[in-house]
Amino acid sequence: MNVLEYHAKTEILAPAGIPVPAGAWCENPDTAANVARCLGQCVVKAQIPAGKRGRMGGVRMAGSPDEARAAAEDILSRTFAGHRPVAVLVEPRLPLIGEFYCAVLQSPRDRSPLVMFSPAGGMDIEEIAAAGSGTIARHLIRDLDRFDATAAAAMLEGMGVDHVKPALADVLARLYRLWRQTDAELIEINPLAELADHSFVALDCKFILDDAASFRQPTLAACAVADPLTGIERHAAALGLKYIALDGNVGVLANGAGLTMTTMDMVSHFGGRPANFLEIGGDAYVKAEPALALVLGNPNLRSLVVNFCGAFARTDVMARGVVEAWRRLKPAIPVFFSVHGTGEDEAVSLIRSEFGKEPFDLMEDAVRAAVEAAS
Amino acid sequence: MTAFPILRRSDRVLIQGVTGAQGTFWTGRMLEAGTNVVAGTNPKRAGVTHLGLPVFASASAAFARMEVDIAVMFVPPPAVKDAALDAIEAGIRGLVVLTEHVPVHDMLAVFSYARASGARVVGANTAGLVTPGEAFVGIMPGHNANIFRPGRIGVISRSGSLGTLVCLNLTRAGLGQSSFIGIGGDAILGTTAEEALQALDRDSRTDAIVLVGEIGGAMEEDAARYAASMAKPVAAFIAGRVAPPGRRMGHAGAIVEAGAGSYAGKRAALERAGVTVVDTPHAIPAALARRLSPLVPERA
Repeated sequence: MNVLEYHAKTEILAPAGIPVPAGAWCENPDTAANVARCLGQCVVKAQIPAGKRGRMGGVRMAGSPDEARAAAEDILSRTFAGHRPVAVLVEPRLPLIGEFYCAVLQSPRDRSPLVMFSPAGGMDIEEIAAAGSGTIARHLIRDLDRFDATAAAAMLEGMGVDHVKPALADVLARLYRLWRQTDAELIEINPLAELADHSFVALDCKFILDDAASFRQPTLAACAVADPLTGIERHAAALGLKYIALDGNVGVLANGAGLTMTTMDMVSHFGGRPANFLEIGGDAYVKAEPALALVLGNPNLRSLVVNFCGAFARTDVMARGVVEAWRRLKPAIPVFFSVHGTGEDEAVSLIRSEFGKEPFDLMEDAVRAAVEAAS
Repeated sequence: MTAFPILRRSDRVLIQGVTGAQGTFWTGRMLEAGTNVVAGTNPKRAGVTHLGLPVFASASAAFARMEVDIAVMFVPPPAVKDAALDAIEAGIRGLVVLTEHVPVHDMLAVFSYARASGARVVGANTAGLVTPGEAFVGIMPGHNANIFRPGRIGVISRSGSLGTLVCLNLTRAGLGQSSFIGIGGDAILGTTAEEALQALDRDSRTDAIVLVGEIGGAMEEDAARYAASMAKPVAAFIAGRVAPPGRRMGHAGAIVEAGAGSYAGKRAALERAGVTVVDTPHAIPAALARRLSPLVPERA
């Protein structure tokens, strides 16, 4: 879950002693103009949970209250990469003499936290990496309790930042402590600006909270931005199900993320288009009835493929859920089954008696039949 | 000496959280399959006997009374870290974390501690390990001989359900399995596809390997680098070809961000390494049979 820049700065960085500009959250153009009147030269920034805002016109310089109002008005009326900003952040324009990149994230390959630093801040880390080797310092943390300002100073060696090394090392050490305290997947300051007096200010901050840890980070979870969801997706989330609306007409119900993605892939492989992603694996296998009701709620649906391969999920329990939903909703579309694994015998006989048809032995054949029926 | 993450019948297994509903059900299936389960834990029910197994308060308490090679965890997400550290501190060699939605920072602590102690972790969010005809641990039909049959094909899968389907297809085609390694659906895993590939490459009972991957992350690309050096044939299927970018597809690891972790990138990396990448799971047995044609195919 992404936390917006404003909340990342005020709720996370500032309390940990990492300075941020004195900005204000503005939900309408008039507020932005008033804030700009106090600040003078300022920056108006779209508050969206996505990067590359600058390139999309989501970060504007304003030299007067009127310019700030116009920038806010424009930003608040637009959509950036699918996100509609709920507010702009208005901050003073600071005279900076240097820009740095700092981040803490997890490295799957090393199964460890990774601290990254570059003296070439201000652009995306991918661009910094592409600009040439030697401009990024990487430090893997093997013992989670061991990364302090001394270790940070060591990783800054050879980065051409000797004149400000203690201050930068202090920021990196604080950033790592924060990363640990906040259950962050990623915490990134880019740029970290150096001012004329060689002090530092975080001009932007990207923060991603680990969804699985939100139970113990209630404050951060409360200000995290959920994915923009459609009506059905929101309904599914309330039921504890992951539903993603797609633009096709072949409905998909399967158990487990891997098998569900594969079923979608097969729909496409045989020339059709899947209508949804929805999986009822893990503990959700008992929710086949409400899950299928969600799939059937899509008016574009022309056929349905039910593909179960029971491992943890019991296919007999899932098949019973399918039957209940079918009896309740009486859909007028054809359905094609493939059922294997845990509980298979009971599931197959239930489908046979209820639908008067035999499940396909190969899931590929069930998908192909569903694609043909939808076209 | 355990061959973990390849499971053997000789591996002595401790079930953490044995008395819960899922722990009870799946431990029963493991015992049916011949798994050498020696004990269980439950901090509140030490001293009882459950499914004929002694129950201890902790892994440390179990280790004080018997020898254990592998711990398998049926514990809820917030309790995984402490249970894992308990098992590692007691001296476990292999740890199988079945739980989904374990906080990433907790798993990083487990990985750090395991690394310092010489223990290996599989998971989190794995369906388990199966060596057909010998043993299985986890939450999949490892006891079902219609699906898992002894043979010489190694199978690596992030997904339990898709991995089960692939093994069913192999069994029906007369290709039994030497070992199934469920590596798990999380973004950070104790055993990666590359590490599982290395284990099966070294395994004298394995002639060829199926890699069942998913979009997201760089694990398949890393595995491809190793596969390029292998003599044993490898076939792969990658799920998520038509998944929309930027959305998490159920597994924490299955998300394509900023072009990284895409289907096309993974497929190209694997094919460059000489891996046969197939379009449908059903095509796997035939692809393997072609690659194995100089050898005598396994008959089920």
